[in-house]
Amino acid sequence: MSNVKAVQSESGKVRAAIKTLTNGIIKENPTLRLVLGTCPTLAVTTSAIFGVGMGISATLVLIGSNVVISLLRKVIPDKVRIPAYITIIAGFVTIIQLLLKAYVPVLDKALGIFIPLIVVNCIILARAEMFASKNTVFMSALDGLGMGLGFTIALLIIGSIREILGNGTWFGINLTKDLIDPAVIMILPPGGFIAFGLVIAIFNKLTNNKVEKIDCHACGMCGKAQETYENKVNSESKEKSDDREVAVK
Amino acid sequence: MENSLILSSSPHITGGNTTKRIMIDVVIALIPAIISGVYFYGLRILAVVITSVISCVLCEYISQKIMKRNITISDFSAVVTGVLLALNMPPAIPLWIVVIGGFLAIVLIKQLFGGIGQNFMNPALGARAILMISWAQHMTNWTNPANPDAISGATPLEALKKGAEVVEVIRPDYLELFLGYPVGSIGEASILALLIGGIYLLYRKVISPAIPVSFIGTVAILTFIFGGDRLFTGDFLYHILAGGLVLGAFFMATDYSTSPVTTKGRIIMGIGCGIITTIIRLYSNYPEGVSFAILLMNLLTPMIDRFTVPVSFGGETKNA
Repeated sequence: MSNVKAVQSESGKVRAAIKTLTNGIIKENPTLRLVLGTCPTLAVTTSAIFGVGMGISATLVLIGSNVVISLLRKVIPDKVRIPAYITIIAGFVTIIQLLLKAYVPVLDKALGIFIPLIVVNCIILARAEMFASKNTVFMSALDGLGMGLGFTIALLIIGSIREILGNGTWFGINLTKDLIDPAVIMILPPGGFIAFGLVIAIFNKLTNNKVEKIDCHACGMCGKAQETYENKVNSESKEKSDDREVAVK
Repeated sequence: MENSLILSSSPHITGGNTTKRIMIDVVIALIPAIISGVYFYGLRILAVVITSVISCVLCEYISQKIMKRNITISDFSAVVTGVLLALNMPPAIPLWIVVIGGFLAIVLIKQLFGGIGQNFMNPALGARAILMISWAQHMTNWTNPANPDAISGATPLEALKKGAEVVEVIRPDYLELFLGYPVGSIGEASILALLIGGIYLLYRKVISPAIPVSFIGTVAILTFIFGGDRLFTGDFLYHILAGGLVLGAFFMATDYSTSPVTTKGRIIMGIGCGIITTIIRLYSNYPEGVSFAILLMNLLTPMIDRFTVPVSFGGETKNA
């Protein structure tokens, strides 16, 4: 977690950048590993195209908000940082929503309330709090892209499973619709939970050996998490002379 | 009672009460219901039962093999699930749905949660609920395959529900319902056949009477009070004999891993099942609520067990 060291050498920087980018896709996949943003995950994945639409919208918001928050990280006072983050995020969400309304009204209609609700999406707020407020602009942009891609991939997988099983189509292409009756439950809420659970289980099984143990500070929301996080940051900053500003509260 | 608590020194004589023996007893108890199904709906029922059993046992074997668990297909629990699943199907069910049902019951509901004794709900009923939502048109197709020319009628409970609006629906009389009325799921055709099996299970002490009696009793009392046009005029006998109540009360709600351990807990479970069944039957869009009632109470079983822990012998005393 955010142990991106300010490494001197050029290759080290590249490696750190790649690590930040891929971090969100597998090791800390926001949906399948951190289990953040489950509400849109369950609600919009009735088809693959909605899942991808939601994923891309959230990715764009995530990159934008991460960049701006990272730029303003030394300006925003600590005590009002959450309202400040929300305002920034809401600005980007409004941009995305207006773009969707203008260019892909079908998707806008299908995703409905879940586009405005990106404002309070756990993933975006968590990345602002945990990463963008402590890292450079470039790294924050990469982190936003990686997390967004991880979210999009997860939604694509769940959406594909639900659409193929529940409707017999994939991205609207007829696959098995005429051969067998699709299992309607998969595009209903219970099917969302079943598919979500199974995908998490398989994902955990497949990546079991590649995962570092994550402290519960991943979400950064509760007091205990903050505590363990501060301990970790303190011990880290003692060891290394870090030229970045480390947020110790 | 007192004598049975005194423990002699070893070696002990074992009771021979194994999972396998219990499961075989359940299978024996279900044979009359299968026979009644074959009698009313023809030999196709045998195909449904065999498909269901084979798919359940195969799914258990394959999933345990993949998950590197001990293979427990020889304990007959998958066979019981298979038979119960088949008895919960309408007679004209396409066989591929039965196969999917077996997969859902064994893999999704039983093995993924830890296998026998670990499942959080009755596998056969859970699978039935998923199938019911997925393929409602197949799961409520009550055509009798033995007599396909006949117009598929309403199940006894559907007849009761539609009674006010549709004039020409036939409501069978009590004796017909008791001996066998061939519209509905395979297993609920004949109450007599189910009772024979239920009494066999009670006699062999595989199940205790707590859940069946409290379940059926609650449904009877509540439908008598609220089932009629006015209070205390409900046709409770019809509500007991029609639908899956007897099948559910004797064979499904008594499933060991998903019902409470103590008699007190079992009575609570039975009453809860009865209340939910009555509410669904009388006030919802579904004509039948036994399966959903049992599933809901399955989920509450851990809570019931927690609140009905018996006082250990010589343990807690009041005003100590």
